[in-house]
Amino acid sequence: MNSIFSIHTIRFIALVFVQVLILNHINFLGYINPYIYILFIALFPVKNNRVILILLAFLLGITIDMFLDTGGIHAGASVFIAYVRPLVLKTSFGMIYEHQTIKFNTVDFGSKLTYFTLLTVLHHIVLFSLEIFSISKILLIFQKTLFSSIFTILLSVVVTIIFSRTSK
Amino acid sequence: MQQIINFIIRNKNFLLFLLLFGFSLLFTIQSHSYHRSKFINSANFLTGGVYNSLNNISNYFDLKSQNQLLSEENKRLRSLLQSHGVAQDSVFIDSLMFNNPYRFYTSNIIKNSYSLSNNILTLNKGRNDSIKQDFGVISSKGIIGIIDKTSSNYATVISILNTTSRISAQLKKTNHFGTLTWNGDKPEFNQLIDIPKIAPVTKGDTIITSGRSSIFPKGVPIGVVEDFQLDQAENYYEINVKLFNDMTSVEHVYIIENTNKEEITNLLSNN
Repeated sequence: MNSIFSIHTIRFIALVFVQVLILNHINFLGYINPYIYILFIALFPVKNNRVILILLAFLLGITIDMFLDTGGIHAGASVFIAYVRPLVLKTSFGMIYEHQTIKFNTVDFGSKLTYFTLLTVLHHIVLFSLEIFSISKILLIFQKTLFSSIFTILLSVVVTIIFSRTSK
Repeated sequence: MQQIINFIIRNKNFLLFLLLFGFSLLFTIQSHSYHRSKFINSANFLTGGVYNSLNNISNYFDLKSQNQLLSEENKRLRSLLQSHGVAQDSVFIDSLMFNNPYRFYTSNIIKNSYSLSNNILTLNKGRNDSIKQDFGVISSKGIIGIIDKTSSNYATVISILNTTSRISAQLKKTNHFGTLTWNGDKPEFNQLIDIPKIAPVTKGDTIITSGRSSIFPKGVPIGVVEDFQLDQAENYYEINVKLFNDMTSVEHVYIIENTNKEEITNLLSNN
């Protein structure tokens, strides 16, 4: 229990720092940034209490918001995906989730990719809708969502492969 | 009563989600209205400290180009000094303080931002350096924004690349004035609206601040007219202004305090 706790604390802090110090300065083509801090929410243990995850997601989002001066957009998007995560887990993993035996290191690559994709796209849609905050610019919202999602998904998959502990 | 408690326990996840999402929405809406983002800003001890230590490292990378900018400015100021012919043997008067309503402070940008629709910068000067809300911020090339929040050592700036920013600006050759806004699209361009149709606008005209807002002095350069068209009511011009500043790479800035500001606002509020 203690080691799991410390792993997630370190992961929380590391992801926040990587996000605000490196990834927010990429600005590829002017506005495309990956937001991989959602890996914390994606890789949170399935068995744990949902209330804790939602609270932690809010804390994570508000920390990012504080660094970026963006009001509450990251907090809103993070809380949203933390809330819908069980649904996404069920659609992407199916039976394994029902039996509560998911280990993110051992599931096959395809369903893991679906899982990341769903979470990322949901997160980015909420994030950019809140950021732009106007229905008349819905095309811009979709454009930003699409490009940033591709970047985020790629980076998340790479990061999980690099840091996965099952070395074959 | 028991049913209510049961309902809360059964739906505790959903209720918690609604509560926290509501908080986020509140913060977001606050951040969209000018000068209202109270709680969450980067001028606090933690974020300011982190950005400051990062800036200590990263400012070495563009030392050369920033030095170039500063030496160019020195050159310009020196030639101004020569052409004004300041008498070398007269009694020394500190011209910065004497009979001048504007006081200048230097500062560095420790967090730049230009890719969002409401961009906010962070500076490494704060209340301890007597920086307050609504001071103007300019660089050697032109206008940057207006101070929003201050902590003891840091301050946030509402950049001109912010869709809530409204700054009074005018044509340099005539006195027709309008409002400088941003549509959230390209960081090289700002939009000048409410210029009357009668104004003789041509491509390449210089746009400067108008000095009407008691934040910026008159004549701070902003940019040149890129293109222009009439708005939907066909009474006013909408002008695309190409900024002199490259907002994606600014570092050394000046903060402007208008020492007569209180007098002006008192006068206005008494009427």
